[in-house]
Amino acid sequence: MSFVQNYPFFSIVLSLLCAVVSFVVPARWGKRLTYFLLCASLYMQAHLLVFCTAGHVSFSYMMGHYPAPWGNEIAAGIIEPLMALVFVIVILLSVSGGGKYIESDIAGGKQNLYWVMVDLAHVALMALCYTNDIFTGYVFIEICTIASCALLCIRESGRTLIASVRYMVFALIGSGLFLIGVIYTYAITGHLLFPQLYETIQALWAEGTYRFAMTAAIGLMTAGLAIKSGLFPFHFWMPDTYGRATPASSGILSGVVSKGYIFLLIKIIYRVIGAEIFAASGVQTVLLLFGIAGMVAGSVSAILSRRITTMVAFSSAAQIGYVFMGLGMGGQAALLAVFFQIFAHALTKPMLFLASRDLSEASGGHQEFRHLRGAAHRDPAAGIAFTAGALSMVGVPIFAGFIPKLYFAAASFNMGWRTWAVLLALAVSTVLNVLYFLYTAMVIWMPNAPEQREYRVHRDDRGIWAIVVFIVFNLAVGLGSAGITTLLTQGFDLFCK
Amino acid sequence: MPAMFANIASNYEEAVAVILFCIGFCMLLFSRNLLKKVIGLDIMDTGVFLLLADRGYITGRAVPIITDGVTDMAHYINPIPAGLVLTGIVVSVSVSALMLSLTVRIYKTYRTLDMDKLYLMISNRRKGGRA
Amino acid sequence: MKKIDKDSLLGLWLTGDLNLTDRLYTDPLPHPEETEKYQPGHDRKTAVRVTRCFQRVYTVCAALLCMVFAAVMLLTVANLPPYGADDAPTVNEVAERYVEKGTEETGAVNTVAGMILDYRAFDTLGESFVLFTAMCAVTVLMNLRGKHRRLRVETETVDYHADPIVRTMCKFVIPVILVFGIYILLNGHLSPGGGFSGGAILASAFIIFAMVWGEERASRTIRVPVIKGVTLCALGFYALSKTYSFFTGANHLHSIISPGVPGRILSAGLILPLNVAVGFVVCCTMYSFYMYFRRGEL
Repeated sequence: MSFVQNYPFFSIVLSLLCAVVSFVVPARWGKRLTYFLLCASLYMQAHLLVFCTAGHVSFSYMMGHYPAPWGNEIAAGIIEPLMALVFVIVILLSVSGGGKYIESDIAGGKQNLYWVMVDLAHVALMALCYTNDIFTGYVFIEICTIASCALLCIRESGRTLIASVRYMVFALIGSGLFLIGVIYTYAITGHLLFPQLYETIQALWAEGTYRFAMTAAIGLMTAGLAIKSGLFPFHFWMPDTYGRATPASSGILSGVVSKGYIFLLIKIIYRVIGAEIFAASGVQTVLLLFGIAGMVAGSVSAILSRRITTMVAFSSAAQIGYVFMGLGMGGQAALLAVFFQIFAHALTKPMLFLASRDLSEASGGHQEFRHLRGAAHRDPAAGIAFTAGALSMVGVPIFAGFIPKLYFAAASFNMGWRTWAVLLALAVSTVLNVLYFLYTAMVIWMPNAPEQREYRVHRDDRGIWAIVVFIVFNLAVGLGSAGITTLLTQGFDLFCK
Repeated sequence: MPAMFANIASNYEEAVAVILFCIGFCMLLFSRNLLKKVIGLDIMDTGVFLLLADRGYITGRAVPIITDGVTDMAHYINPIPAGLVLTGIVVSVSVSALMLSLTVRIYKTYRTLDMDKLYLMISNRRKGGRA
Repeated sequence: MKKIDKDSLLGLWLTGDLNLTDRLYTDPLPHPEETEKYQPGHDRKTAVRVTRCFQRVYTVCAALLCMVFAAVMLLTVANLPPYGADDAPTVNEVAERYVEKGTEETGAVNTVAGMILDYRAFDTLGESFVLFTAMCAVTVLMNLRGKHRRLRVETETVDYHADPIVRTMCKFVIPVILVFGIYILLNGHLSPGGGFSGGAILASAFIIFAMVWGEERASRTIRVPVIKGVTLCALGFYALSKTYSFFTGANHLHSIISPGVPGRILSAGLILPLNVAVGFVVCCTMYSFYMYFRRGEL
């Protein structure tokens, strides 16, 4: 057993300890501790990824002295540390880019709690990435939910309270459904760990016993996680949640928390249920349809919105629709596109939230489009970041957002009616994306009058490097997709049963 | 198909649990009052715990605390659901506390708990300046 | 059909406000104070109508959803293994080992305690942190120090302290509750109970104290640093001791923790100290929930 294999566990326990210590120390130290934690975690995930890729290994790690069916376990291959790495990068960049707004949006006495919540969100995401036990998954889903609610409502305003209630109601319906799905699964299999569940479910499905209960369990778990990550028609909490929180929180919530749930769902599909049974149960087709509906409905809502953050938030609903459409297509080619979509969205959306807040600050705090004319001239860095993000979300080549669209289209062939549905949805959604993102880009770059160009507020350039790094990562994923494809394909060998 | 659903008569306890869950679910969806939504949430959780506890029961066996040195599984019920229920209850307490504190804060800010009125209030403020 | 919002992107585009060729249109950015008064075309009536319409659609959809959901759930229950059966899939080698080898391997007579604090300890570690997360989240929402102090809602309260019967009884009852709570904490590995139930009982004693003698007095007696310190120590000890046990377990190292003689009060390795730690966390959490709801600060 190599020492590197302890890293997932270390990153979990280190962030638990940091959260507890941040609770009692002043905010200044809480911030330092969180940065230390995120950097340490970044190193550990990267090292583990190198270790797993070099040796092409996947392993399971006993949490205690008892082996698989009895004790808890975490597991890692190539995919898990890769996802964890992306999550940590996005959290780190979001909090450093949005750091200046954390100071202004959050009351002084509560800032240390903000860092506690970032630590707890980090631990929950790491646990969701590495868990090999379905009930551990449930426990950390709940930590993730409560921490994200706190990250949202820590910005004091009436609107964030209502947004939090909406978010919590949907999130709790989601976790209730997930838990009841877990119970059904346990009741007919008697196991909670992924490998044993997989074997038992395969055997039960082949026998044909408890098939209805199995289908219901698959449906409930999928529905629970889909509601929590904001699949259509449960995306109505998104604009308030993402649009009203402080930008660092919006980045964490939209960029990683929803992806954490989706990654758990992918793990459940491929490592617990098995892709064939998931397809045979019919849940897959339902996901495809809802995903397509989400792609269109999210974009339409974005077009109808009148505030820039609302628009960016609704575009998240559309992007989540892409992910679920990919899961609904089935097959490794579509799964590859799903992972690219997750990376592209996680690396773009926080940047868009940061940039739109910067732009609205440069326009006197207004978020309505009519006040944002020429905002990019007032804050060029934010303007460039928003434009880059918009190009990526639209799917312009060399940016990250182009790759998943290409792969979705490539994966859709020879699937009967699904081919047409997917291609049509991609086309419609891209047109709608162009409509709202490029118009917004034009609004912010074209002032009505010359003086709008010069209208300057006191600009705060702290955290600008985070935006630069976001753009660099976007280009890196867009240009270096071949390497990531190889990595992911190797990972699928270890990941998919 | 009937053979598939043969256990409806014996699984009456689970049926009750599921009905409780659905009652909570309906309250969560239909109540306008935020406090009733929280109550619905708790009923929903209770249904889940009842279902889980039922799954651990085995007719005629004792609680899983080893007495008189008898360690044979044939004497005790399944301990796993009990542990899972414990976790579930703790999660439910935490979530209820959070929801209730949100409710209190919303009441202090808007002086109402009616979700419709709240949405109307915020949509008015958004669309027509300060209503 | 929802009327297109005049200020949405589409609206701006349709009304020509977004006419990007018209670069000479001179309309300097309105002063922020002016825009506060800015009133778009929507009035209260439209908002009410839209909300009502949405409500109707929502009710119909939700009712259908509920009915379908209830039917599916009942059918699923009918498809589950029979209630109370001793040959159900859940009665397998996993449950068997917890019961039959549990006492020997963990030292706990209470198999549930052995399961949650030793076999599946990672779940329980997460569970304690759920409580901690909720405590922090409630602090975020309910802490009314500073400017929010004035938001306090004055409610009518009964002054229990003025009542000699209540006051005298509480003097007798609180120590008994505390002792009972400690008993439940310390016997978690031998009998029903453990950290979560014991901690809740301990917290109830403190809550009674705060109710009768007043929150101000309680917060002077049990100070904020004490609560924070106890939480820090308990959760820190929990996380560190489990780190040791997970690390030795996963790396197949020898662990110095031994199960001891089952049945004794000082046995079962880490389970007893963990129960105490969990108990303190639960106690602090419950007490601070009460104080935040009642007083707005600890």
